[in-house]
Amino acid sequence: MLGQMSYRYKVPLVMVFTIIFTGLIVTVIMTWRTVEDLRDELFHNAIKVGTVINDTLVSALKQDNVWLAYQTLENASAQNDGLDERVFIMLTNDYTVYASDHPKLFPLNSELRSVNAEMARLEAHFLKFNSLEPYTYEHPSNLRIYIVSPIIDDGVALGTLIVGYSRSILLPRFYAIVKRVIFALLAVMLILVPLGAYMGKRMAKPLTKLAHCLSRVGKEPPGKISCSLHEGDDEVGQLGVNFRNMIKELAEKESLEKKMVESERLAAVGRLAAGVAHEINNPLGGMLNSINTFKHHGSSNDISDSTMSLLERGLCQIRETVSALLVEARVEGHPLTPQDVDDIYTLIQSDARLRTINIEWQNNLHETVAIPSTQTRQILINLSMNAVQASEEGGSVWCYINREQNDLRINIENDSGHIDENRISNMFEPLVHDNPNGHGLGLWVTYQLVRQLNGEIDVKNDTGRTIFSVSLPLERAA
Amino acid sequence: MILSTKARFDLHGPKPFLKVKLIYAALISVFYALCLFSFSTIAIASHDTYRIGLTPVFLHDQSSALKQWQSYLERQLDAKVEFVQRDTYGEITDLLLGRHLDAAWICGFPYVRHNISLQLVAVPVYEGEPLYQSYLIVPNSDNKTRDISDLKGKVFAYSDPDSNSGYLVAQVAITSKGFDPKHFFQRTFFAWSHRDVIEAVAVELAQGGAVDGYVWETLKTIDPSLIKRTRVVMKSKKFGFPPIATYLGIKPERLNKLQKAFLSMSSDSEGQLLLQRLNLDGFMVSDDRLYFDILAAANSIGED
Repeated sequence: MLGQMSYRYKVPLVMVFTIIFTGLIVTVIMTWRTVEDLRDELFHNAIKVGTVINDTLVSALKQDNVWLAYQTLENASAQNDGLDERVFIMLTNDYTVYASDHPKLFPLNSELRSVNAEMARLEAHFLKFNSLEPYTYEHPSNLRIYIVSPIIDDGVALGTLIVGYSRSILLPRFYAIVKRVIFALLAVMLILVPLGAYMGKRMAKPLTKLAHCLSRVGKEPPGKISCSLHEGDDEVGQLGVNFRNMIKELAEKESLEKKMVESERLAAVGRLAAGVAHEINNPLGGMLNSINTFKHHGSSNDISDSTMSLLERGLCQIRETVSALLVEARVEGHPLTPQDVDDIYTLIQSDARLRTINIEWQNNLHETVAIPSTQTRQILINLSMNAVQASEEGGSVWCYINREQNDLRINIENDSGHIDENRISNMFEPLVHDNPNGHGLGLWVTYQLVRQLNGEIDVKNDTGRTIFSVSLPLERAA
Repeated sequence: MILSTKARFDLHGPKPFLKVKLIYAALISVFYALCLFSFSTIAIASHDTYRIGLTPVFLHDQSSALKQWQSYLERQLDAKVEFVQRDTYGEITDLLLGRHLDAAWICGFPYVRHNISLQLVAVPVYEGEPLYQSYLIVPNSDNKTRDISDLKGKVFAYSDPDSNSGYLVAQVAITSKGFDPKHFFQRTFFAWSHRDVIEAVAVELAQGGAVDGYVWETLKTIDPSLIKRTRVVMKSKKFGFPPIATYLGIKPERLNKLQKAFLSMSSDSEGQLLLQRLNLDGFMVSDDRLYFDILAAANSIGED
């Protein structure tokens, strides 16, 4: 049960259990110590009393004065030093009761063994263990602890004095200790339980947070899981660091996978489209040639002329579409110059002006870069035209062209607003378009061109802007 | 006194030297004369001390009552009175026989024993007569014992071997039942006072005891809780009350003075108060016939 419990409760509970356990051990030790002390105290008390009354008892025995013996024991018993329930028994050497302060319990002249089982045990002990030194006799089934000391006159034992202490006098002391320990425990608990609760909460807080965060892994995309966990060198802190790293890696992995899937899909679509375009392109050329031949050599009349013209226009449109789909790699001789880039600015300005769109054009190229100009220009035209068209009237478009160490970077931004995530994921698919006037191939073609140049293209939303960023690797100087 | 006189002189200013010296000499001689006089009165008093022996025939542990009685007797006798207490009857009897005491309150048994050397001063009057009884008592828990023969083989407490009520009566009773008192009980002991016999029986140290009936009855009011723990099984016939006795040959005027002192107790209020504390009616003059029964008892067991 404890294993399932939250640390918030487990820590204070464990503390309480520890306190109780410690208290129990302390009680046991203190009780044991007290019992030992009490036993010593009883022994010394009995010896003291025995020493004080020894001479009187000797003369009582010598004069056979029972009454003197009784009175002596009675007086000794009355001065009980707070040790209640004492019995004094005076024995002759043949173990008969000579006197006792409790004559009813220990009748005069009775044989010790005939008094009760306890006394019989005591007498049996005497027979085995005869000593001139005082000693303590205890037996688990005895009601009393007996301290036995001989009544000595001139080195000779005339009789025996037995002082019996009720074992029940240990009980109140035991209870007193238990009471004291319980009070101490309560006091300690009063301090430690809230402390334990606080510590438990403190300890559990990062753990519960981590547990909560971990439970989100797998259910939510890693990029969306943002947890501010305690980070540090301790175990929990290390967990926090590792968790953050794990989430980061997971997010990277996921986006990588996503990109791979996307590019594979786009490649497949591209292959399909190119295949279809080829298959269409071949007969298309034949058809257009036939129309051309018919126009020059065929008998013409109005109907055939208009039909042929219609056919030709239709086939030309098909050819345009197909040729756009084909994206043929026409490698041209000259590399990209800064002028090429500025030409495109000039090219799109008319459209922009028409729609009062502000263009901020930053061409940071100052020299020719080793990159095919045709495809690059096409990419630039496509993206910047796309941005202009996507912008609303009065909007802005930003174009940044930078040369970096091994790349050409093109960033085209506009403030058309947020693009839906789903839309972004199929942004580069063919025939998917937002512009009713376009054929929906612009971005697809751009993508194909970027891929031809071994570059990368990405689109993202950033604070109200849609950003297309293209990175094209520079060709190595041969 | 001398200092204050001197102070008065000083107050009156300086006096001629010789005059002062003479007055000093006179004062010193007066002082010595006073000292001598007081010494002689002490000497006279010590000669005229009445030493009275007491035995545990009554509650001789009542110190305040004794003190009161002592000062009463001192006024009556116009002499110093000294009470002499001993734990046993025997010691007091010996002191009296040795003429170390002027009188002693002894038991009738030693009186008859030493009748040849002793004479009566006064006999206490208890419940209207100079008589008392011996009680046979058992612990209150014992509700079976009806007779001394029921106590055969038990532990028995006597008060004193010289006591009539606390020893002799019981011995006679056992003998009259046809037993030998020496072997009748399993064990016997002497508690040396009647009160202690009662206590020994009350705590069941002894299963039976012989006790002075007068002491038992008196304790009934003084220490009822002790008495409640005992039960009287048998009361003996009445015997002469333990007398105040003196040695034969005491000066008649001393005897008279003593007799008068005891007899007068019932006639004045302080004496009556004392008698009340002693649980007695008074004292009277009697003769040896009062103790014939004790003598007979002693004779019957060959104790005389």
